[in-house]
Amino acid sequence: MSMTMGIVVLFVKMLAVLAVLLGMAAYMVLLERKLLGWFQLRPGPNRVGPFGLLQPIADGLKMLLKEDIIPRDAERLLFLIAPALLALTTLLAFAVVPFGPDLVIGGQVIPQVISDLNVGLLMIMALSSIGVYGVALGGWASNSKFSLLGAIRGAAMMISYELPLSLALVPVVMLSGSFSLTDIVNAQQGYPFILVQPLAFALFFVSAMAESKRVPFDMPEAENELMAGFHTEYSGMRFALFFVGEYVNMVLLGALTAVFFLGGWHGPFLPPIVWFLIKIMITPFFLIWTRASLPRLRYDQLMHLCWKVLTPLALLNIIVTGAFMAG
Amino acid sequence: MSDIIAAARGFFRGAKGIADAYLMVLRHLFRKQLTEPYPEFKRELPERTRARIVLTRTPDGDERCVACYLCSGACPVNCISMQSEEREDGRRHAAWFRINFARCIYCGLCEEACPTLAIQLTPDFAFAKDDIMKFVYEKEDLLIEGGGKHPDYDFYKHCGVAFGKAGKGERPGERPPVDVKNNLP
Repeated sequence: MSMTMGIVVLFVKMLAVLAVLLGMAAYMVLLERKLLGWFQLRPGPNRVGPFGLLQPIADGLKMLLKEDIIPRDAERLLFLIAPALLALTTLLAFAVVPFGPDLVIGGQVIPQVISDLNVGLLMIMALSSIGVYGVALGGWASNSKFSLLGAIRGAAMMISYELPLSLALVPVVMLSGSFSLTDIVNAQQGYPFILVQPLAFALFFVSAMAESKRVPFDMPEAENELMAGFHTEYSGMRFALFFVGEYVNMVLLGALTAVFFLGGWHGPFLPPIVWFLIKIMITPFFLIWTRASLPRLRYDQLMHLCWKVLTPLALLNIIVTGAFMAG
Repeated sequence: MSDIIAAARGFFRGAKGIADAYLMVLRHLFRKQLTEPYPEFKRELPERTRARIVLTRTPDGDERCVACYLCSGACPVNCISMQSEEREDGRRHAAWFRINFARCIYCGLCEEACPTLAIQLTPDFAFAKDDIMKFVYEKEDLLIEGGGKHPDYDFYKHCGVAFGKAGKGERPGERPPVDVKNNLP
């Protein structure tokens, strides 16, 4: 493949991923509102378009047309870049997520991943750690007590859930022998890792729920106590950017769960990309279901859970996995 | 050993609690929704629902209001104002009568205060306006045909008292007495 051809293909892939992702994030909002409605015996949004299918467009237009308020005492620069930071890191993580096996078009092999980094897993971990800067800086720069409390909670949560999140993935790396997400999926050709690593899956899932900052771990934006937490002072498109970040993050966690534990694009009968989309949607559905089911924890309870339960369990899981692999 | 059993029991009880919550929520996905989609489906409201206020008429078609100011006095937000006046036949009536619906809280105290059952609240609650001044209703906007909830009542009709040869309601211009034990709306 020539150089220019490669760049064109790369840009096409990036555009496709970005468009699909933002579309999915927008419709994830609709899905969430619909599902929450159904869970609460309501129809959910059904006025804009057939079955409310144009609701995301109406929401987007509304957000675009709203005034972008910057509080007088806010730390201007940080206030402006914080939402972008959050959305950027979550979008960036999709660069290493493989969507299907290599395509062969006209003798050219085109991998269905933007960049198959050999440290892809580490990059995702790093990006998810940077993502919390969006929360912390945005909350601090707003110069509001609610935002600051939300930011503190976000940072405190991050140091708790990051450890079990990473440790839960160590057995996956041990089993597949690679940090590359494509290799991890290929290692699950025969069976998905959830069958051999149910504990790691559970640990990853709970940590991922915390990572997504949603019920029952939505302390940074606990609306009952903190109004909207770290994004209390945001409005208009910047608020929408936080929202996009949150919902893309839901899709990202779905994709990561699919890649690490559910066997990625592998599956019978259906084309790989369809299998992958189905597997991506499992986690967001579960997250929304959780939001309708569980109350919020206190953040010291989350720290207790992460440090005293999840982390030791994850370490134990690594040791047991290692023992089995050696023996 | 008993500690471990107790811990395991606690763990399973907690897990069951969470699983029950999830299942309960999931079951709602398949239940009939309770929402009534409003503009398409309008629920039949009870006759005594308190919404837009009207002034009603006697069975003869004369206006009932005698401009006694009791509704205006009873109104907790002072949204009713009027000017009383004497008609040619000697009866009092309102020269003008005004209700500011932008202030009205639809408490129904005016209806309770009214001795002639003239002022009544109707179930028509959906009368939004694009301008707050349009909420000021004058007498001609308030007056309706008919007697509303009490179509047969007339304040000036009476049955008198039993006196001399004639019993109750037997003299000219008198009506037979109302059965007060069967007088519910």
